[in-house]
Amino acid sequence: MSGYLEMFKLSKIYETPSGPLPVVESFDLEVAKGEFVALIGHSGCGKSTVLQMVAGLSDISEGHVVLDAREIDGPGPDRGVVFQAPCLLPWMTARENVMLGVRRVYPHVDEKTRREIVEYHLSLVGLANAMDKRPAALSGGMRQRVGLARAFALSPKMLLLDEPFGMLDSLTRMELQEVLLDIWSEDQMTALMVTHDVDEALFLADRVVMMTSGPRARVGRILEVPFGRPRERSEVLEHPDYYALRGELIAFLESQQRETRAA
Amino acid sequence: MAFGTLATAPSALSGEAFLELRGVGKSFGVGAARTEVLSDIDLALAEGEFLAIVGFSGSGKSTLINLIAGLLMPDVGELRLQGRPITGPGPDRGVVFQSYALLPWLTVLGNVQLAVDAVFRSESKQDRVHRARHYVELVGLGAAHWKYPRELSGGMRQRVSVARGLAMDPKLLLLDEPLSALDALTRGSLQSEIERIWAADRKTVVMITNDVDEALLLADRIIPLRPGPRASLGPSFAVPLARPRDRKAVNDDPEYKRIRNEITHYLTVVSRQAAAANPTRRLKKPVAKPASLRPPSMSLVP
Repeated sequence: MSGYLEMFKLSKIYETPSGPLPVVESFDLEVAKGEFVALIGHSGCGKSTVLQMVAGLSDISEGHVVLDAREIDGPGPDRGVVFQAPCLLPWMTARENVMLGVRRVYPHVDEKTRREIVEYHLSLVGLANAMDKRPAALSGGMRQRVGLARAFALSPKMLLLDEPFGMLDSLTRMELQEVLLDIWSEDQMTALMVTHDVDEALFLADRVVMMTSGPRARVGRILEVPFGRPRERSEVLEHPDYYALRGELIAFLESQQRETRAA
Repeated sequence: MAFGTLATAPSALSGEAFLELRGVGKSFGVGAARTEVLSDIDLALAEGEFLAIVGFSGSGKSTLINLIAGLLMPDVGELRLQGRPITGPGPDRGVVFQSYALLPWLTVLGNVQLAVDAVFRSESKQDRVHRARHYVELVGLGAAHWKYPRELSGGMRQRVSVARGLAMDPKLLLLDEPLSALDALTRGSLQSEIERIWAADRKTVVMITNDVDEALLLADRIIPLRPGPRASLGPSFAVPLARPRDRKAVNDDPEYKRIRNEITHYLTVVSRQAAAANPTRRLKKPVAKPASLRPPSMSLVP
């Protein structure tokens, strides 16, 4: 075992009146340090459940999650999470929302340094001019930029992204994918991202893990993404294998959809 | 890199265009707060054409649709439908709104009937009921015609809205991001539905969308709306793909790939230009490292 993040026989089982229901069963995956892995599958297949177990936000029924040689037993600031809804506190400005976590992770530095950390990360996501705005005064795309800044400001060991751009329109989504790639490449933080957008997965990830549909969801196939870094969207799209890989992912999703319907 | 061709074909400007916009501009607000949303919009559309306008959020897409619908008047320029100036809303243009805009106290059939009754006043009651029913069935809601909007899913509500738009038998159908509030699966099935209905009577359509793939599946021509403020139309991209277009099959079509890449590239470039026009500061990285907050829980290293 050599992964930086290891998921070993990971299962999530819900007790129901008609007996135990395994939503995710024996999910095995190793992620190397600095690797960006995308997890794709149909809505309801259990991909978010896997991510939440790694985040420590959902109890692990069976199996183990190990990050940097330590077993995960709850949520912690060593994992920065970006949710689909940015979950900002509405009465706080962008700056205060980011500061909330920074204060916890940097108790040993002075307030001035903490402010610098917050401002630096907000400037990274292009919000240097909007730091004192409250969520209500920000567009959906800008709110999710605050969500990204908040996760990166904790300098976590890894990043967990749960369909972070799922609620945005497709052009804003493309813009934010570039913002994410831009800040991610600063120090290549290990990342696990859940998405159902095949173009997003191919543009961002080193590997795309296809999950079978639940119940008993597990790793179906894994696709190695052959594009070099740094990535430029136009170059990625012009890569001779791009549409073949895209076709493979679409075909997998459609076959899973058929199986779900048949069941 | 050159993009597509000019948005307005010269022949269309000689007065033959079905829908024509010339030098259209629209501003909102007063005094110093006045913002020009759309600027210098030129557009010519042939009869029976399906045009998709792809634009960034906040670029003025809905303003453009509202101008064509006659719900807004331009500050400068003129809009003509079949040669006649557009001076207000009318039954010759059916609009399908992103937010469905259904009346909550009317059933599916009631909502469609309302539009039919308003447009076909000279027809007998029986003919009008028949007409409304026909369109409710066309969008696959025959079995649910007695339901109220609150009893319907988002996708079904949007179907009602499409049925209402079509039942008015307008010369021009205006679709304002009709699918963007729906999830990916419902979206896919309604897309095929819209294509099927469109193929049946080839209405002239202007659809606003933010989704390049949706535009590629439905439209004959795609024109990007450049990011605002002062949004203007970009070059026109023809989509000469055979119909019906299958989401999975087009993925292997070299023509599809070429157009998709060209449009995506164009949108990436204009989006970066817009961002560069509004530069934000980028600060220096602080050196502080996070404190180790928790004692090692179960170290696996012996």
